[in-house]
Amino acid sequence: MYAFDEPGSPPQFCEEYDLTVTVNGCLYQRRIPVRMLLSDFLRHELHLTGTHVGCEHGVCGCCTVLLNGEAVRSCLLLAVQADNMALTTIEGLAGSAEELHPIQRAFQEKHALQCGFCTPGFIMSVHAFLHEHPDPDERQIRQGLAGNLCRCTGYQNIIEAVKLAAQYLRSSQSQREEA
Amino acid sequence: MATRWFGAPVQRSEDPRLLRGRGTYVDDIDLPEMLHAAVLRSPYAHARIKRIDVSAARALPGVHLVLTAEDLGELLEPSPLLVPHPALTQPRTQLPLARDEVHYAGAAVAFVVAEDRYLAEDALELIDVDYEPLPVVASLEQAAAEGAPLVHADVPGNVAAHLVQRVGDPEGVIASAPHVLRERFVMERGSAMPMEGRGVVARWDPHEGMLTCWISTQGPIPIRNGLAAMFRLPEHKVRVVAPDVGGGFGTKIMMFYPEEILTPLAALRLGRPVKWIEDRAEHFLAANQERGQIHDVEYAFDDQGILLAVRDVFLHDTGAYTPYGIIVPIITACTLPGPYRLRHYYSEFKVLYTNKVPVSPYRGAGRPHAVFVMERIMDRIATELGLDPLEVRSRNFIRPDEFPWDVGLVYQDGGPTIYDSGNYQAGLERLKEALGYEQFREEQRRAREQGRYLGIGVACYVEGTGIGPYEGAQVRVESDGRVYVSTGVTTQGQAHQTTFAQIVADQLGVDPRDVLVTTGDSQAFYWGVGTFASRAATVAGSAIHLAAVKVREKARQVAADLFEASPEDIELADGKVFVRDAPQRALTLGQVAIASNPLRYSYGENARKLMQMQLAGPRPGPALPEERGGPGLEATAFYSPPRGTFASGVHGAIVEVDPRTGMVTFLKYVAVHDCGRVINPLVVEGQVHGGVAQGIGGAFYERLVFNEEGQLLNGSFMDYLLPTVEEIPPLQVEHVETPSPLNPLGVKGAGEAGTIPVAALFASALDDALAPFGLRIREMPLDPCRLQQLLKEHQNT
Repeated sequence: MYAFDEPGSPPQFCEEYDLTVTVNGCLYQRRIPVRMLLSDFLRHELHLTGTHVGCEHGVCGCCTVLLNGEAVRSCLLLAVQADNMALTTIEGLAGSAEELHPIQRAFQEKHALQCGFCTPGFIMSVHAFLHEHPDPDERQIRQGLAGNLCRCTGYQNIIEAVKLAAQYLRSSQSQREEA
Repeated sequence: MATRWFGAPVQRSEDPRLLRGRGTYVDDIDLPEMLHAAVLRSPYAHARIKRIDVSAARALPGVHLVLTAEDLGELLEPSPLLVPHPALTQPRTQLPLARDEVHYAGAAVAFVVAEDRYLAEDALELIDVDYEPLPVVASLEQAAAEGAPLVHADVPGNVAAHLVQRVGDPEGVIASAPHVLRERFVMERGSAMPMEGRGVVARWDPHEGMLTCWISTQGPIPIRNGLAAMFRLPEHKVRVVAPDVGGGFGTKIMMFYPEEILTPLAALRLGRPVKWIEDRAEHFLAANQERGQIHDVEYAFDDQGILLAVRDVFLHDTGAYTPYGIIVPIITACTLPGPYRLRHYYSEFKVLYTNKVPVSPYRGAGRPHAVFVMERIMDRIATELGLDPLEVRSRNFIRPDEFPWDVGLVYQDGGPTIYDSGNYQAGLERLKEALGYEQFREEQRRAREQGRYLGIGVACYVEGTGIGPYEGAQVRVESDGRVYVSTGVTTQGQAHQTTFAQIVADQLGVDPRDVLVTTGDSQAFYWGVGTFASRAATVAGSAIHLAAVKVREKARQVAADLFEASPEDIELADGKVFVRDAPQRALTLGQVAIASNPLRYSYGENARKLMQMQLAGPRPGPALPEERGGPGLEATAFYSPPRGTFASGVHGAIVEVDPRTGMVTFLKYVAVHDCGRVINPLVVEGQVHGGVAQGIGGAFYERLVFNEEGQLLNGSFMDYLLPTVEEIPPLQVEHVETPSPLNPLGVKGAGEAGTIPVAALFASALDDALAPFGLRIREMPLDPCRLQQLLKEHQNT
């Protein structure tokens, strides 16, 4: 990402970098400033504004996206760190434009959002969490989501939504297996 | 008309959009040619500005504008005082950019606009400010001390306001009472911390002569009016929109924050759209805070535990300015009597300046403090007399047949503090049962034998909600049969698009999904105040109801003319307008909407059908009879409440305390809540859940820590701890409904309630759990370290 002129000399930073990244199944190639945060890249370069920025220091979890399937905080990564990787954001979760993803559906049915600002981050975290824990108990849910802050809901309905989403995902999984 | 949707747990119509990441928060607005702003903030809590050199910043390529105080011209005016009060003798509000002196760390000193935010922040680094530090007032105690430094050189004693209210003869009663106690209670600062910070996007359109601002605010219409005056534009040429707002909790009702003036100013000067987005670090330094008070209270009671008189003298920390007048301490004073028959009450407060972030209401707005004091008193009476704390509360409650109850004080809106309705004993009974109060003592005894410290706490409150002055709404049925509603209040998570639709749906006989609600756009509805003080459902909801009733009556009139029937025989249901007992004589609501607008050039299938009906006979008079009051199924209504409605509730919890670590775990939490008639139980319970979580934060985790230089020491989410899902216990919410007689819906506010009693409840439960140690909690918030420290200090004495 940066080149040294000669050994011993101070490092010369490249200002820009040609980034190649797959986001929600689409391949993007963009020349970007190397200091650009991944969250800013998604929001301002790709106009995927569903990823929200709540603290810019990696605590609130609003900016959570999936990087090669793993939940990460996009405000703590530089965009260049996602070079040649695959990202999923909230916009890429539901299959069709009409349908909600089972996690999104569960959030609506359990009234698990109010202002909605933290919601995309929660949903991406839940997505990664349920992949690891398809049948979680409440204690696991609480531990698994402790990295996302919500200031509106008091979390109770989020826990209920995660339980319901797990149920939805398990039943669609078993339907697939039967088929 | 049978009520169907009001009271139903309707799923939110906001959700599908927000769940897909398709909300539009201010930072999501991206305009062509848009520039980005950043703010240079004072590193000192109190300093003289000797010199500012912006030349290097201005010279940085990509920088378009650098503003300091001297560049503001006639805009260099202190912000308006939002709520004046005769007792506020020394009001001070802030300038958009500091001139000569800064009064808190975080105050805006310069404003930079550049091609992108990264460059704008680079430019901030190049601004050279020469500060001369001045003595700092960092706490209430210090502000009140003899010979304290002055926050504002021309405000003696740092006293902004001084107010005394008196009911009955408190001194006389105290002098002759059998029991009199004195205590001091201390509340420290906290912060609302919505997940979305503040933000502004401003665009000047020279062709239309129109300034448009998207602001993450709770009050776009007052901001519209203010900006129009400042920039000398007609009000209708300034449009202020609060798009999706990521939480407010009071922080965003403030005006004017400097950035709300500077961003439109930059857009006007540069002729390009400008965006400023507050980051979290800035939010800690420059978004208003609340809670700091110190109460010295004297109270008298008799042998039966009846509270006879209270004398409460308190200090209120307003920070460096008084933008919101003295609303918060007035609310504290008026909330303190709570649900109790207090007939002798003296309340005195002083509002003091400190070199800290200004104070304006934050969810609860002075009420948690008052409830803390009163509920500590109730618990103490019980302890002193060896009575059950719930029994003491019952003995002091105002009874259901005593409403309306005049507390005898002047409320924040300038009117009398009169409780409209309530049933406090019913709430307490519900709580006792849900909490398992009677069984708990046995459980507690067994736990203590095992060395575990369990405690039970309760706290009651009465909350003034739904204050005026007014709100309004327009309801219109369009030719597609859908209903469009606009109102001046904003939404920052309260589900107004759903609950307001429910109100309309019942009146017009449609599905709430066919009612589309616009909030927070000054161009969609011209008049209004804003969403704060738990008032939107009560005040705007009532206006919407009144407008919907007018539209319904008009639809009946229009249909009656078409069917040659009497309006009394016309009904509205399932999207249709029909003659009672003759349902084949029916039109859709959309067709009636078309018929209400006598145009020749109507288009579409609905219109064709209708034409045939209208051509049936010769028209007797004008196409638009005068009594119709204009074309269209449209009506506007306003609602101005005679005074506030008073919601109430009681919370109870069982906690376990580990005296070695100071850690507290909630084992059970029950909230009994009375907000009058409930429009949507899902939404109300959600509000209570969120309020309780915020209250738990404010009781046990969230304390803003300032050092003696007035520097915030825990200005990040790593250090200022918002509760996570691991800290919030499962909550049980129970409803009591005592409808308000003051408004047509019978509703009371629900937004803030959850937060209000939590600190008091927490103290009550801790006292109970730690009874073997004899500790009494007199401060909020606590945290594990502080609790440990208190236990240690207590054991040493």
